Amino acid sequence: MNDYAIELNGVCKSYRFFDLQNIALRLQRGTIMGLIGPNGAGKSTTIRILMGLVHQDRGEVNVLGHRMPEEQVSAKWDIGFASEDMRLYDSMTLGWHINFMKSIYASWDDAYAQLLLKRFGLRAEQKIKGISHGQRVKAALLLVFARRPKLLVLDEPTTGLDPVARHEILRELTAVMADEGRSILFSSHNTQDVEQISDQITFIDRGRIIDSMDKEVYLDRWRRLRLEVPAGIELPALPGVIGIQQTGRLAVAIANAFESHLPNAYENSGARVHAVENMTLEEIFVANVEHSREEVGA
Amino acid sequence: MTSSHTVYTVHTQMFVISQTDSRPMYMQIMEQIKQRIVVGDWAAGQAIPSIRQLAADIGVSVITVKRAYLELEREGVIVTRQGKGCFVASDSAVGERIREQELAQHLEQAVRSAAMMGLSPKNLEKRIRAVYERVTDAEKETV
Repeated sequence: MNDYAIELNGVCKSYRFFDLQNIALRLQRGTIMGLIGPNGAGKSTTIRILMGLVHQDRGEVNVLGHRMPEEQVSAKWDIGFASEDMRLYDSMTLGWHINFMKSIYASWDDAYAQLLLKRFGLRAEQKIKGISHGQRVKAALLLVFARRPKLLVLDEPTTGLDPVARHEILRELTAVMADEGRSILFSSHNTQDVEQISDQITFIDRGRIIDSMDKEVYLDRWRRLRLEVPAGIELPALPGVIGIQQTGRLAVAIANAFESHLPNAYENSGARVHAVENMTLEEIFVANVEHSREEVGA
Repeated sequence: MTSSHTVYTVHTQMFVISQTDSRPMYMQIMEQIKQRIVVGDWAAGQAIPSIRQLAADIGVSVITVKRAYLELEREGVIVTRQGKGCFVASDSAVGERIREQELAQHLEQAVRSAAMMGLSPKNLEKRIRAVYERVTDAEKETV
């Protein structure tokens, strides 16, 4: 067994209108990774490949020490997977589903399941048919969480949930991480969720991984500098700066490899630095996607 | 048996991570830990939650709390003892030191702003004295 819960190397998958190109990904045990990217970027395809649901054309996929897709049957006992299209039986109660899971998985933790019922505001005697979308998502996650799998793989676990339900899910995910033997990979459109609970961030756009790294390091590399540019002064092109927008005498520079001497470099060129601001993951997300698309000349 | 969850969240449930606060999350956590020490809720030398525990309690990633702890350790506010856990620094003046650091930061900020406006040290001094008098007068009135 190595230190990685998930390891992908050189993974490719071609579809008629979409290519997943050379995906390399490492999720260290005991950490949680947020997978972000625009619609159709390849997040779900990547997740399906590492679950063995879609077979890669090329490349290696290793999950909890199991080669995928070949060893998916044995791997799945230790993986809890939830996606939007997960099916529950409409005519059955949540309690029936709980008993069903309990009969299959030896690792099932009934006390935890009862606790989750309470925390998620669910009732075992409810039929799936009659419950809301949010409750259905929470029910599906409960059924996965209470198995206490070593690895949770969650495709958009908070999509379509109201703020309270989203908060309940995020809390539970961070509670899972109190146990350092467990790991989580989840995808999300909600950059705020990813920023809050991820140890690692992986950015996918157009079938390629743009960035994959430690969240704190990643956020720390990005800055927005607010500059005043006196008449006759031209802002120099500085390394680490990916874009400048100027209207009149005010300019905003975005840096993706910020170094502490950058403000001085602008001052030395004759500009004045009014502010150096941290950026939210949401702001970084937009800037990064625009920048990477410019780079590939799209 | 009451759930073990309620037991360990008691002293950490008041951490608030705000999205309207422009500072990164790790800084918000640092500040709230410092506040607890300054007001005496977390006493000098007292054991504090482990990184993983606090992350789970606040509902943020382990790496964010780890960063906050590292910075606090660098500032001498907390100490990590190998195999024993994390503690508030054991000198009894730790609260005072935090206040001192905060004051130093505010003063530095004020000096930077003054320098940007081309204010002389003498004038800055005069302004600070005026503010000092206004604030202490206002406090006298409210007593």
